[in-house]
Amino acid sequence: MKEVILIKYGEMALKGQNKYSFEDVLFKQIKRRLNPLGNFEYSSAQSTIYVDPQEEGIDLDEAIARLQKVFGIASICRACVCEKDFSDICEKAQVYLEETLEETRTYKVDAKRADKTFPMKSPEICRELGGILCEKYPHLKVDVKNPEITVMVEIRDTNAYVHAVKLKGAGGLPVGCSGKAMLLLSGGIDSPVAGYMMAKRGVSISAIHFISPPYTSDRALLKVEQLCDKITDYCGDINFYCVPFTEIQEEIRRRCPEEYFTIIMRRLMMEIAQRICEKEGSLALITGESVGQVASQTLQAMVCTDAVCKIPVFRPLIGMDKTEIIEISRKIDTFDISIQPYEDCCTVFTPRHPKIRPQLSMIEESQNSGNFGELVEKAVEGTQLKRFKLKV
Amino acid sequence: MAVYLDNAATTKPFPEVVDAVVKSMTHTYANPSSLHRAGLDAQLVMDEARKTIADALGCEPGCILFTSGATESSNLALRGAAAAYGKRRPHIVTSAVEHASVRSTVDALESQGFRVTRIRPNENGEFDAADFIDAVGEDTCLISMMMAENETGRILPVQKVFRIIKKRFPEVITHCDAVQAFMKLPVRVNDLHADLISISAHKIHGPKGVGALYVRRGVRLIPLVTGGKQEKSIRPGTEALPLIAGFGAAVKCMQPTIAQRYEKAEALKHFLLDRLHEIKDIHINSSEQGSSYIVNFSVKGIRSEIMLHFLESKGIYVSSGSACSKGAKSGVLAAYGVSDDHADSALRISFSCETTEEDLIALTDAVAQGQAQLIHK
Repeated sequence: MKEVILIKYGEMALKGQNKYSFEDVLFKQIKRRLNPLGNFEYSSAQSTIYVDPQEEGIDLDEAIARLQKVFGIASICRACVCEKDFSDICEKAQVYLEETLEETRTYKVDAKRADKTFPMKSPEICRELGGILCEKYPHLKVDVKNPEITVMVEIRDTNAYVHAVKLKGAGGLPVGCSGKAMLLLSGGIDSPVAGYMMAKRGVSISAIHFISPPYTSDRALLKVEQLCDKITDYCGDINFYCVPFTEIQEEIRRRCPEEYFTIIMRRLMMEIAQRICEKEGSLALITGESVGQVASQTLQAMVCTDAVCKIPVFRPLIGMDKTEIIEISRKIDTFDISIQPYEDCCTVFTPRHPKIRPQLSMIEESQNSGNFGELVEKAVEGTQLKRFKLKV
Repeated sequence: MAVYLDNAATTKPFPEVVDAVVKSMTHTYANPSSLHRAGLDAQLVMDEARKTIADALGCEPGCILFTSGATESSNLALRGAAAAYGKRRPHIVTSAVEHASVRSTVDALESQGFRVTRIRPNENGEFDAADFIDAVGEDTCLISMMMAENETGRILPVQKVFRIIKKRFPEVITHCDAVQAFMKLPVRVNDLHADLISISAHKIHGPKGVGALYVRRGVRLIPLVTGGKQEKSIRPGTEALPLIAGFGAAVKCMQPTIAQRYEKAEALKHFLLDRLHEIKDIHINSSEQGSSYIVNFSVKGIRSEIMLHFLESKGIYVSSGSACSKGAKSGVLAAYGVSDDHADSALRISFSCETTEEDLIALTDAVAQGQAQLIHK
């Protein structure tokens, strides 16, 4: 029995004249993930993309699992292709839906007739097919209000399609249609989620991480690389920049008051990140901060860090609770990696009593006592690039 | 050259496996939990093996726990899940043909107060999915089914049963003993709808002494032993890194060719069955639809052990029933309705990817010779 995958896109369908540029990006993203699985033909009509396998034995479950990680897709279903002929539809529906219907208790039939020349009207299709399915699967009960599954018959231009299970897509906009931004990736729970959230809005992601050996270990770096690798599932290819940060941290420790360590460190990280952004064409910074989570994430602290930034700093988690962030990190499979217990550079030299409401003037003054210009230069020079590719 | 046809008992390690074991013992011998670089290198070897196995099963590496073998995996699965979920739901469903590692563990749980339903094959010697599904109820905590049975190679309808049970009773924990299926048939966690899967290295040309348990995320197991934080504290103890590296190497070798090897095994099975049909008084105990890797047959009137030793004198190694039971009478064959006479004379032939038609010609010639030469009872 011939099967296709129907992909419905969500808010992209609402775009006006530039809809096609969004579609192009989405097609590219889809093809990149599906082409390694086999030969498919792609077409689109009425905000639906048809993915038509051109050979036997393609793993469609895997194809769907991959599609569920593509932003820009609202829902996905696997459908059986029928002739535009009611008896063919009934015959195929009975066989095709066998597995699904066997394990279901309540259902309804719904029909959509895009081709109005089809001789039967939608309610008629529902009634007739419903009757046939009830006869074949006597354990089924019709429930039009709250069915476990909805058997859907779609009569379209060239074919009819029958499907019963509609899977949720990742939503958002396809990655690559909203410019590029640089994610500050620490190794904790929040920053990978922040990257995922921005990618969901179509932003391509680069990542930057700061290492301070011997205060931080190889395992800590490995963990961050694993996180970066993991979020490529959703974000696509990521350029990962690793900045040697030891000397800067030692200089902060030597020259600046302990209570300002973290803020000054973050300001210097932002400065370095901006320099790398300029080099590689990223338009903004992304952090995983959420208001009030820790001392450096108070509004006053953010004012102090943002004072060094000439480009926007996006904080997609700003209004989220930790539990909400953890929920997403579990969904994108980064949680288990994030909770490995290795020191990262943010926890090196943590002040015992950090300033919760720092004043910008005070911070600037104490930062001036350090000799950071040259060290920042050196850190930028010493930054290593590693590319993480979407695995297909 | 010996003709080794006892691959369901164990297999010969691949040279790649031996290399990986030796390399781990000579190079990455540090403790994977040590914080230094040498420890990290050891951990990376372990991570790679874990990922290889996880990819083969279609799951996250974090879902794979290494154990000392499938017997331990199944003990951990059944006892661990029974302890975690069995208090309010003290009922277990399993098949009547499970390997001893599951069978005896379920027996032990029964003696602790669990109620056990053991599903038997139908009159045709096959299993009906409905029998398993109907046996599961509100008080069931656990169902355990093997995928490919180890004595005759019958394939149980695990996928169908688990799929429907997970739909109707999502809280029931599903365990599959996939020892004889892993790397032979497609075993993917999502297709199987299994929460727990036991696999073993030495059945797939890996080293003895290492196995793994797949544990679906969110499934709780009460550990059998207590100790350090290794394997998420569920299976503490310093990891057997050389064996784990060997396990990973074996999967790496086997994974790309599951389908081709299965086809080859199928051809060998038919070749063997055709040749056995030409010998008189042979009864086939395996099923047509069973695994292509196992053929079980009886030579009428000659006890298994006698024929086994006769074949051994010709350099041909086979098994009488399951080698684990060392000649003990097989309850499994009886479950299929195989008569006592046939069960007494049953032989199990099991293939590997190295088995050839010549091996099977040598076997069948020797069986015919033995049949003519040996004293019938």
